[in-house]
Amino acid sequence: MSKGVLVLEDGRIFSGEGFGIEGVQTGEVVFNTSMTGYQEILTDPSYYRQIVTMTVPHIGNTGINLEDVESAKVWVSGFVVRSLSPIVSNWRNRGDLDTYLKEQGVIGLSEVATRALVRHIREKGVMRAAIAHGDAADDTAELLKIAQESLDMSGANLVDDVTTPEPYNWTEQSDPQWYADHEYNPDGLLILAYDYGIKNNILRMLTDRGLRVRVVPAQMTPDEMMAQNPAGVFLSNGPGDPAAVGYAIDNVRNLLGEVPIFGICLGHQILSLALGGKTEKMRFGHRGGNQPVKNLLNGNVEISSHNHGFAVKQDSELSGGEVTHINLNDNTIEGVRHTGLRAFSVQYHPEASPGPHDSLYLFDEFVNAVKNNDKIISNK
Amino acid sequence: MPKRTDIETIMIIGSGPIVIGQAVEFDYSGVQACKALKELGYRVVLVNSNPATIMTDPEFADATYVEPLTVDMCDKIIAEEKPDVLLPTVGGQTALNLTLDLKKAGVLDKHGVEIIGAKLESIEVAEDREIFKAVMSEIGLKSPRSEVVGSVEDALKVADEIGYPVLIRPSFTLGGSGGGVAYTPEELKKVVANGIHQSPVHEVLIDQSLLGWKEYELELMRDNKGNFVVVCSIENLDPMGVHTGDSITVAPAQTLTDKELQRLRNYSRMIFDCIGITTGGANVQFAINPDDGEVFVIEMNPRVSRSSALASKATGFPIAKIAALLAVGMTLDEISNDITRVTPASFEPSLDYVVVKIPRWDFKKFAGVNEILGVQMKAVGEVMAIGRTFPEALQKAVRALDIGIDGLGAKIEHVTTPETLRVPTAQRLYQIATSIRGGVRLEEIVKQTQFDMWFVQQMQETLQIHDTILTQNLKLDDLNKRDFLRLKRYGYSDAYIAQLVNEDEIAVRERRKSLGVVANYYRVDTCAAEFEAQTPYLYSTYEEDSEVFPSDKQKVMILGGGPNRIGQGIEFDYCCVHACFALSDMGYETIMVNCNPETVSTDYDTADRLYFEPLTTEDVLNIIDVEKPDGVLVQFGGQTPLNIAGELEKAGAPIWGTTVETIDLAEDRKRFNALMEELSIPQPAGATVLSREEALAAAKKISYPILVRPSYVLGGRGMAIIFEELGLLQWLDNNVEWSGHPVLIDQFLEDAFEVDVDALCDGTDVTIGGIMQHIEEAGIHSGDSACVLPPYKIPQYHLDIIRDYTHRIGKRLQVKGLFNIQFAIKDEEVYVLEVNPRSSRTVPFVSKATGIPLARYAAMIAAGKTLQDLDFLEEPHVDGFFVKEAMLPFQKFPGVDARLGPEMRSTGEVMGHASNFGHAFAKAQMATNSPLPESGTVCISVNDMDKATVTRIARNLHRMGFKIIATHGTAEWLNRYNVPAERINKLAEGSPHIVDALENGEIQLMINTPLGGQAHEDGAAIRSMCYQVDVPIITTMSAAMASMEGIKRRSEKPLKVRSLQKHHKVNGLKL
Repeated sequence: MSKGVLVLEDGRIFSGEGFGIEGVQTGEVVFNTSMTGYQEILTDPSYYRQIVTMTVPHIGNTGINLEDVESAKVWVSGFVVRSLSPIVSNWRNRGDLDTYLKEQGVIGLSEVATRALVRHIREKGVMRAAIAHGDAADDTAELLKIAQESLDMSGANLVDDVTTPEPYNWTEQSDPQWYADHEYNPDGLLILAYDYGIKNNILRMLTDRGLRVRVVPAQMTPDEMMAQNPAGVFLSNGPGDPAAVGYAIDNVRNLLGEVPIFGICLGHQILSLALGGKTEKMRFGHRGGNQPVKNLLNGNVEISSHNHGFAVKQDSELSGGEVTHINLNDNTIEGVRHTGLRAFSVQYHPEASPGPHDSLYLFDEFVNAVKNNDKIISNK
Repeated sequence: MPKRTDIETIMIIGSGPIVIGQAVEFDYSGVQACKALKELGYRVVLVNSNPATIMTDPEFADATYVEPLTVDMCDKIIAEEKPDVLLPTVGGQTALNLTLDLKKAGVLDKHGVEIIGAKLESIEVAEDREIFKAVMSEIGLKSPRSEVVGSVEDALKVADEIGYPVLIRPSFTLGGSGGGVAYTPEELKKVVANGIHQSPVHEVLIDQSLLGWKEYELELMRDNKGNFVVVCSIENLDPMGVHTGDSITVAPAQTLTDKELQRLRNYSRMIFDCIGITTGGANVQFAINPDDGEVFVIEMNPRVSRSSALASKATGFPIAKIAALLAVGMTLDEISNDITRVTPASFEPSLDYVVVKIPRWDFKKFAGVNEILGVQMKAVGEVMAIGRTFPEALQKAVRALDIGIDGLGAKIEHVTTPETLRVPTAQRLYQIATSIRGGVRLEEIVKQTQFDMWFVQQMQETLQIHDTILTQNLKLDDLNKRDFLRLKRYGYSDAYIAQLVNEDEIAVRERRKSLGVVANYYRVDTCAAEFEAQTPYLYSTYEEDSEVFPSDKQKVMILGGGPNRIGQGIEFDYCCVHACFALSDMGYETIMVNCNPETVSTDYDTADRLYFEPLTTEDVLNIIDVEKPDGVLVQFGGQTPLNIAGELEKAGAPIWGTTVETIDLAEDRKRFNALMEELSIPQPAGATVLSREEALAAAKKISYPILVRPSYVLGGRGMAIIFEELGLLQWLDNNVEWSGHPVLIDQFLEDAFEVDVDALCDGTDVTIGGIMQHIEEAGIHSGDSACVLPPYKIPQYHLDIIRDYTHRIGKRLQVKGLFNIQFAIKDEEVYVLEVNPRSSRTVPFVSKATGIPLARYAAMIAAGKTLQDLDFLEEPHVDGFFVKEAMLPFQKFPGVDARLGPEMRSTGEVMGHASNFGHAFAKAQMATNSPLPESGTVCISVNDMDKATVTRIARNLHRMGFKIIATHGTAEWLNRYNVPAERINKLAEGSPHIVDALENGEIQLMINTPLGGQAHEDGAAIRSMCYQVDVPIITTMSAAMASMEGIKRRSEKPLKVRSLQKHHKVNGLKL
């Protein structure tokens, strides 16, 4: 390990020891309070162009395995931890984090005062930064300049960078040791899933429930969609500013009412925008696996997995749609639905991975909606 | 849902005396529950037999019953108080069991009392291993298999099905004797044959062995709407096979992926659903096969537990308080998170630090005990430490234990070989460290210990740093800022660094500070800094940005007692908490420092700021550097803070109250002797010796019997009564190293009465709080002796002498606060045995009996008030009789001689009170779970000196209808005086003998008083058996007299119950 540094755009510097590849990268510094699941986080496309700080101090303990990936690659721009584990210990382990990041071309930083960093972000809001490992770490003035000139997340359309170029069919189900056993149904109802940066576990949850899932590029037009005669459309999670993905909002607007629609995270924001709502950038967002979301329809609290830096504005007009879920920590809108248009979405991650499995019922509701295509969504 | 409005009065059952496996954590949970429910406006009725608890202070409940936890007593209390509901989940297993008994006896139905917080059926399922296993299997979860067999053939068949290795446990043998592990059919045949032979029912249990599997625990809460949260995941370093209470544990779990953790969470929820845990807290224990991740469910506790106390302190999530609120119908989202104040309790804490718990054992107190850790818990206390990383937390926990080890790599006396690593003992952690330093391959250590490689590797990384210093032969001046930072970030103490570089601790401290390496304090905030923490619950670390913002208000720091151990228990936490409340009421800002997760003192809302830190000179001085308190109180937490008081004062800490000089004057034998001579107060003849030769000479001069002990000990560690020279030589060989610490030899006042006095002094005036007479004669440690307040058989003349001495000693010592004196009365002479210028073990007992808040007054005196200011110049009058009885742990330690002696071995205490002594004594006995019998057979075996006294006792018992049996000599004697007594064989005389009769349930009360030399050893088997079969055993004549009086009074008049509030005729009484 050699010298590494994180230079924030406001000039604050956190030094540490670099791992992964050497070099310089930029991104928005965010923190995640999940105590487990770093492999899922690294491979979640929603973290594209972000430098992720883990609040739990020891990272890498369980190594890297073949199953716990949410996409084919690591998306984060940088990974900041308090203490990188020099060894791995887990029965499923197939490699260590350092080697993995090297293979994936990502810079890691360990021995960082991560709590101080988190408190800085909490107070000042998320900000851009440059992360450097190796010789480049010495020139902090240059790194500051690089950070200040890097991409601003507000107004950034990142979906174009992460979406699949071609449609493909998804057939993989979840491993029955983690989720209840499900049977694959090759004749299931067809769901078209817009890929704004989709996580594998969403696809597994849909497939587990007997749906036939086809992932399509974000740019696919409503006509091309409807020509395939889907029973429902899914709007995926993804990175960047939802308001910047104008075509996606338009596409969804044109699909509303045609088939049941279910959105998660960025998909939720895009649905809300399509319904006429507004989104805003949050000060430091929600990223973690312990957020209390209240389901306003039944009063239950779900402990949920979150990863969002934008949110639907609380005074949004949703063309007759309604808010179904809120975050009890700060009253953020966490779910909306429009029964007439048979569309609903949540800001958080019912597919978890990582995080608690409290909200899997939403996938069941989507299944109910597509099965009873002509009925109004009931949302319990 | 908001709180229930259909209930008015809630009854809470406490956990009774502190015993191994059920300790201070239930004072913490009881206090939280009482406070929370009172705040909601309910009337709270509390019953708990333990007077040393904070929960039994009258201010925490509307009616507080310090009464035995029996069905009969609760029936009376319920009839008196008419509670609507009963909350059984915050008083440990004791409260659950008592609740089941109350239900079975029809008491709850008779009075129409509803159980809240848990469903009876759920408790029953969780408690019954067989039903629990069946239920697990119904929902598709695995639990260890086990089957009962009666023959070797069947055993082989079952073992084949289950798979080797298997555990063999004979049914109904005491302490699991005759059991074992079998890895092969050959081994199985041997162990099973032996086990079947030993089992009285000729059956053994064949259990699937999960030895070496990883052990995890989840702490969970659920409300009546089904909202469900995991408060904390805990991972044990020690694998399956070692009781969780005896395991080193870590939070959060370190070696699980998210998939694996969520699986445990999902399983827990399924278990909640099928067992019907609809509200409250519970924990589930899992075993995981390290090779393939297979999960077994081990057990679930449907109540607040020791681990939930740990989880509360580890996360800042107050499980007991919230469990109480949920029990009355509130939901998690209606309860706010006290720490952030802006978010609700319906969330799962996120930890950005690592918590390590290490148990504290006291095996030195129990000669002959099996020190190997296993399925039965043996620890008497625990410490918790918080660090940003595992190494930092681990090293802090090691030094917090207060066992003379300053760091993980410290030299230990125990031999370390691969074979010793295999055996779980109290030393294993240090043996692992020694092995790592000795170059043993980590794989080998993992193989032997079955610790996860991750933890072993972290230890290696830690130890490497210090080996670097040693191999490079670095001096203090060679250590630069970078070195110090590295050492500190791995948790190294100044004291340990000092050893490495051969300097003294303060020099290391100064060098470190001069380099700018100082501790910062981070907050435990439940949310990994996502939200601002409003509640200052802090731990030290060596990272950027401090999160403590000291005010410039007047403030006082209170040093807690550290881990519980025998001799330093809950009483000291009681005193610390009261000192804290008193100073807070006086307008001071209060700062608590402690490292014991079981306590009320470490609740984040006890003091204005809580520092969860080891009680070492370094850790305390670091806090003083930051907080700059106006005063530091060291007299409330027992010996642990007193031991560092001198160092603190030298470093400039403002010690309030009794000075370090006074403490030294009382503790330094020579200075104290001179002082007593000056005051013309008699002491037993004594000497301080520094060698074997001096010891023998001094003993001869004083004349046997003598009382010997190493100096500066608490709870009489190593103390013994010696009857002749040979015994002295043996004792010296076994207990003394002559490493500069002297040995004290005193004349032993055989057959003397002992008296304890707790008093307050402000430097000018002295007021006695209470005078307690020991029931047992001199020679029994005051902590193990029953005592009665007020004294019931001491002439006024002697009491006046005692009062006079107390006044003169307090004034001469210039005590500013509490002090305790032990007196002995022999042959009309009053002797002073010792003076402790600090709060004592009996303070809470005296406060409860007199209604006078002694600890509170002591804190106020330390802060400058006078007894005059407090209007407390007269010794309080005591109504009725209050008997304190000790709770002894011998049941957990089969094979250890249960004879009482000068070394304290009790773990806890109970109180019985009544208008007459007999009833009070009977209640106290009842409260220790060995009630005096009302009928049956009394077995008497006493030495010649006691035969005269026992005649009267035996005659009385005979008149009350008891059958008397006695050993040869005693029977002959009794018959001679017309007391019918049947003869029973001593052990040596062959079966059927006393022990057989005990085992067969033919004896209901044992009176056995050997005295002097060899005779002491003979009764060991009898005493040990009494504890195993729950037969009350009396080993002194005075206790026998008291018991006789108790039995007699009870036969004449039924016992009554009375709340402390009624007794003291004060409402809102603050003790």
